[in-house]
Amino acid sequence: MTASSSAPTAAEILARADSLQRQLGDAFRDQLVVGLFERSDAIARKVVQKGARRGSIDSALDRWLTSPVTGLPIMLAMLAVILWVTIVGANIPSAWLGQGLFWIEEQADRLFTAAGAPWWLTGFVWHGVYRGLAWVVSVMLPPMAIFFPLFTFLEDLGYLPRVAFNLDWLFRRAGAHGKQALTMAMGFGCNAAGVTACRVIDSPRERIIAILTNNFVPCNGRFPTLIMLASVFVAAAFPPVWASLAAAGSVVGIVLLGSAFALLVSWVLSRTWLRGEASSFTLELPPYRRPDVRRILYTSFVDRTIFVLLRAMGTAGPAGAVIWLLANVHAGDASLAVHIANALQPLGTFMGLDGVILLAFIIAIPANEIVVPTMLMVYMGVGRMTDVPSLDALRNLLVGQHGWTLLTAANLMLFSLLHNPCATTILTIRKETGSRKWAAVGALVPLAIGFVVTSAVAGIVRLLS
Amino acid sequence: MNSHCEGCPALPAGRPTKDSAGPEATVALAGNPNTGKSSVFNALTGLRQHTGNWPGKTVGRAEGRYSFGGRRFKLVDLPGTYSLLSASQDEEIARDFILFGRPDCTVVVVDVTALERNLNLVLQVLEITDRVVVCANLMDEARRLDLAVDIEALSRELGVPVVPTSARTGSGLTDLMREVDAVASGKHHPRPRLVHPASEVERAADELEAMILRAAPGLASARWVAYRLLDGDVRVRRALEAGELADLVQAQKLPPPLSNPRLALEGHP
Repeated sequence: MTASSSAPTAAEILARADSLQRQLGDAFRDQLVVGLFERSDAIARKVVQKGARRGSIDSALDRWLTSPVTGLPIMLAMLAVILWVTIVGANIPSAWLGQGLFWIEEQADRLFTAAGAPWWLTGFVWHGVYRGLAWVVSVMLPPMAIFFPLFTFLEDLGYLPRVAFNLDWLFRRAGAHGKQALTMAMGFGCNAAGVTACRVIDSPRERIIAILTNNFVPCNGRFPTLIMLASVFVAAAFPPVWASLAAAGSVVGIVLLGSAFALLVSWVLSRTWLRGEASSFTLELPPYRRPDVRRILYTSFVDRTIFVLLRAMGTAGPAGAVIWLLANVHAGDASLAVHIANALQPLGTFMGLDGVILLAFIIAIPANEIVVPTMLMVYMGVGRMTDVPSLDALRNLLVGQHGWTLLTAANLMLFSLLHNPCATTILTIRKETGSRKWAAVGALVPLAIGFVVTSAVAGIVRLLS
Repeated sequence: MNSHCEGCPALPAGRPTKDSAGPEATVALAGNPNTGKSSVFNALTGLRQHTGNWPGKTVGRAEGRYSFGGRRFKLVDLPGTYSLLSASQDEEIARDFILFGRPDCTVVVVDVTALERNLNLVLQVLEITDRVVVCANLMDEARRLDLAVDIEALSRELGVPVVPTSARTGSGLTDLMREVDAVASGKHHPRPRLVHPASEVERAADELEAMILRAAPGLASARWVAYRLLDGDVRVRRALEAGELADLVQAQKLPPPLSNPRLALEGHP
C-alpha cells in the first residue's frame, strides 16, 4: 500500500507513543484494566439474571475441601485411598498379564528353536527386546489403568485447583508460585508433562523453580517401583489386615517427602540463584462439574495410560536389548553386567544400596519403569529380565540370596524418589528453559540430594546397629 | 476416523477432513482457561485434545481441521488466558496469533456462569479484530446454577454474533459452525461496539490510534496497537518498525485464506 504524504512514519508514531507513555506513567495499566472491568461488569449485569437457588452444593463442598482445617487432611486421605485402591487392585491383573505374556515368550522360543534359529537371535529378540516390553506392560498397565481414571475423575470434578488453593501458603512461604502445586499434580502422571505445564506460571523466576522441582513428585514410571517395594517389604512387616493400608501409607509418606523436598529446594533457590518475592495471582476455583464417565475413561486410557505405556515401551525395547547384551557378553569369567555391578558395589554399599541397583538406575535413565526388571535380571543371573511368580518368592530372592535388608528397600524407595529425572524430562527441561545450564541443574540437584539422603540414612543405620 | 472412535463421547459435529487441497479458512479459538475451549475444539475437529476441569492445561497451540458447508476450516486452539495484557508465555502465544496470525475468524469461548470475568477477554479481542464470534459455552451449567443468560442482549451489547452452546453434549455446535462460516467468508461482517470510558489513557489511545490509522488506513487492530505501544510492548514496536502493520491491512483486504501465520510470526513478511 502507498502511504500518502501526510501519513506519519513509524518513527513518528513511536516517538509520540513514547512521550504519551511518559505522561501516563504507571496509571496506564490501572486505568485500562479498570475500564475493561467496568464495561464487563455493566454488560454482565444487563445480560445475566440470577435465579433463587444456586451453587449451594458447591459452597458446601468447598467449605470442607478448601477449609484451612480440613482441606489438607481430606486431600491426603484421598491420595491414600487412591493409592490403596491401586495397590490392592493391580496385583492380580498384573500377575495374569505377566503369565500370559511370558507364556507367549516360551512358545516363541520353542518355535524359533524348532525352526533352527541361532540361539543369540532367539535370545536377543524374545528374551531381550520382547521380555523388556512384556515386563513393562504387565507391571505398569494395571496400576495405570486404576490410578489414572481415579485421578482424572478428580480432575474432571474440579478438585485440582482446590489442591493448589490449599497449598498456596506453603509455596508462597518457599518463595515459589502457588500454581506450582498444579504442575506438581501433573507430574504424578509424567514429569515431562509437569514441566511443560509450568508454562501457566507467568513469572520466569518462579517458572524455573517449578520446572526444576517437578521431579520431586514421583511420576507414574516410578509408582510401580514404589508400590512393589511397599507391598513386598512394608506390607510384610504388618499383619495381613493392615498390610495394604500400611503399604499405601508408606507411598503417601514418600509423596509427602518428595513434596517437602520440592518446597525445600524451591526455598533455597528463591534465596540464592533465583532470588525474588512470590508473585500474587488469582486462582479461579471453577464450579464443580459432574464428571462424564465416558470421557474419564477415554482420557485416562487413551490420552494417559496408552500414551505413557507406548513411551515406556519405546524405551524398554531398546533397553531390554542392552540388558540382554550386557548379561550375555562375557569378559573372563563373568558377564559385563556382573563386572559393572561389581565395580559399582562399593559406592552402592556406601549409599545403603548395592552395585546391581545402581547399574539398574543407569540403564533406566531413558525410562524409570525398567529399574526393577533390570535389577531382577542381574540378580537371577539367567541372562534375561525375569519375572518372579509371587511376591514371597521375590522377597526370598532379595533378602535370602542377595542380602537385602529393610534399609535396602527403604533406601531404594528414597533413591527412586530422589534421583535424576528420566531422559525425556531432562530434554523437556532443556526445551522449556532454552538452557543447557538449567537442564543440568534439574538433573544433578536431585541426584546429589538422593546421594546425600541415602548415604546419610545408611550411615545412621550403621551407627545405630 | 477409525471405527473405534464411533462409540466415543461427543462424536465430532463437524466432519474432520484430511486432504489439504483448496483454500482453507483459519479460525482461532480463544477463551479464558477452563471454559470448555478444548471441548469445543475436540467436538469440532474430532481430535482428542486432553480436556479437564482446571485452568491452564492447554499450554501450547493445537491445530485441527473440519469442514462445514463445503468449506474447509483450520481450527487453532490457543492457550486459555484471562487477558492479553501480560507477558506470560501463554498470553503471548494467544495475542501474537490473533494479531499477526490473521485468523479469518476468532471464536472466543466464554463461560456463561462467570460472564463478567470472561467478557474482559472478549473486549480485548474485539480491539484487535472485528471478525469475532462469541461462543457462550456451558449453557447447561448455567441452567444447573439457575442463571438466565440473554444471548440476544449480549450480542447487541458486543456487536458480534453470540452462539449459545454446551460443548460437552455437543449442543449448539452446528450453529457455531454456521456463524463462523458466515464471518470467515465475509458474508457477515460484525461491527463490534467498542465503548471507551473518558479517561486519560483512552484519550492518549485515541490520539495514537488516529495516527496509526493515518499511516495504515483500515487497520482493524489500530486501537489495540495503540494500547500496546502505550504499554511499551517491544514486540509491537518491532512490528511497526518492520512495516508488518501495513501488511496486516493488506491481508484484511485479500480474500481470507491466503495468510501465512508462520511468516508473519517470524517477522519476515
